[in-house]
Amino acid sequence: MPPELSLEDVSRIATLSRLALSVEERQLFSRQLAGILGYVEQLQPLDTTGVPPTSHPLALISPMREDEQRPSLGREDALREAPEPDPAAGLFKVPRVIGG
Amino acid sequence: MTRPRTASDIRRAVASGETSAVACCEAALERIAQSDARIQAFRAVDAPQALARAAELDRRHDELAHLPLLGVPVAIKDNICTRTLPTTAASRMLDGYVPPYDAAVVERLTAAGAVIVGKTNCDEFAMGSSTENSAYGVTRNPWDPERTPGGSSGGSAAAVAAGMVPLALGSDTGGSIRQPAALCGVVGLKPTYGRVSRYGLLAFASSLDQIGPIAGSVADVALAFDVLAGHDPRDATSVAQEHTPLAQEGPASVDGLRIGVPRSLIREGVEPGVLEAFERALTTLDACGAAISTIDLPHSRYGIAAYYLIATAEASSNLARYDGVRYGARAEGDDRTLAEMYDRTRGAGFGAEVKRRIMLGTYVLSAGYYEAYYLKAQQVRTLISRDYDAAFEQVDAVALPTSPTGAFRLGERTSDPVLMYLADVFTVGANLAGLPAITVPCGVTDGHLPVGLQLTGRKMDERTLVRLAGAYEQAGGWKGIGP
Repeated sequence: MPPELSLEDVSRIATLSRLALSVEERQLFSRQLAGILGYVEQLQPLDTTGVPPTSHPLALISPMREDEQRPSLGREDALREAPEPDPAAGLFKVPRVIGG
Repeated sequence: MTRPRTASDIRRAVASGETSAVACCEAALERIAQSDARIQAFRAVDAPQALARAAELDRRHDELAHLPLLGVPVAIKDNICTRTLPTTAASRMLDGYVPPYDAAVVERLTAAGAVIVGKTNCDEFAMGSSTENSAYGVTRNPWDPERTPGGSSGGSAAAVAAGMVPLALGSDTGGSIRQPAALCGVVGLKPTYGRVSRYGLLAFASSLDQIGPIAGSVADVALAFDVLAGHDPRDATSVAQEHTPLAQEGPASVDGLRIGVPRSLIREGVEPGVLEAFERALTTLDACGAAISTIDLPHSRYGIAAYYLIATAEASSNLARYDGVRYGARAEGDDRTLAEMYDRTRGAGFGAEVKRRIMLGTYVLSAGYYEAYYLKAQQVRTLISRDYDAAFEQVDAVALPTSPTGAFRLGERTSDPVLMYLADVFTVGANLAGLPAITVPCGVTDGHLPVGLQLTGRKMDERTLVRLAGAYEQAGGWKGIGP
């Protein structure tokens, strides 16, 4: 487990996270993230054999309901806060998705 | 300035006709106008709207006199959706964003007769322990303006501590209600996970987040809890629950209640003044009739590490929705592709701490690292929960100082993320295990900074916490003392 993160590691993680970082940010974060990962290393030696993971503090099963139509957010409300809405078409406009 | 009224007092006075909702609203707005330039607790205040709502309550007085929060001015943390006020989560990403719906808790407060006066400052997307991660400036601790109010619900805690409003909502993922409440000398409650609907709470970590009240007294916190708690089908993690109102509890005896102290956790790393106030509080509770004993929570020392793996992993998923498509800011520029737009929008919209946590979360969930980090943390989470289960076979509540230190100085920890994370060392356990926990003021340090006593209880047992905290408050003399 690396207590060190290279700038390439940070760039790769930034890409996965969809975050554009400046050079200074990449340097700062590589140092700081390494520090945090170093801190959490303390969990490694713990004996967790046979211990089930907890993803959730309650023993909940996904609640189900009848498949009945209910009122939901109207199109106008849904588009109102969008940076580039197309209200006539009822769409959100974005740059090219494929290619480029 | 006379001591501002508690929420309970205001409700009583408005219901009886002794005062009006408008008068109480005006008083709150005046105190905000007088204090907030200095403290900066609020992100948005809407006086005309609040006064209009108060006037409506007064007009319909006879019909509404029974409402449990009638005329009470309330502030809402800015990561909770309000249809009529911007909700920014203290992030540039949501600058000016007005949600198309109210959070469930906002609906409940309004239906209970409360008057929402504004939104409070917080750490960006609730990530932080000092409110210094707000993209819109810091909030100052009313006890010392050079110090932080704690975080992430620092604005809400400061607003109550400064007497601007008697009641405010915060959210708590790793301590974000309790730690600022303690550092500001007020009462804060994190309910059992699932007690209060998260519908309309901008999600940080879905298995840890809970909304809860911050107020100047245990009675007010209990009153607010009764309004907030309840099943909500719009939140799939909301639990069906029996709920006998807590606020009906008169001064109750705590004879026979057992309090456990995990002494191994406070042997080092706690400021002397905090430890002294904590020990005095235990003495008082003992004199009240509670039985104090030593217990062990052997895995709690790993809580911060487990928390910062789980919470950041969940955050990396929850914050993926902020992408400049449906809401929020989109970065200016000439993006050739969608991916470029995402990268630039998110790079510009998020602050440093948020980026750090998203990246850490992405990393620990990624192929090759998932087992060693995320899965391991979830297993440690199980061990921490089991420790509490074992403890609750012997005791009814676990006592610790809420924070290892009094309020720290602005800028003191901002360049060392891990140092900042350690502020939550005593609070994260309750989030990891899904347990309710309350903080109540129990003294001040030599430097005249507030200290909080934290009590953690069994799932769904807010009642025991309110009984113990209420009894302490009556006997301990820290009720209603302000900066």
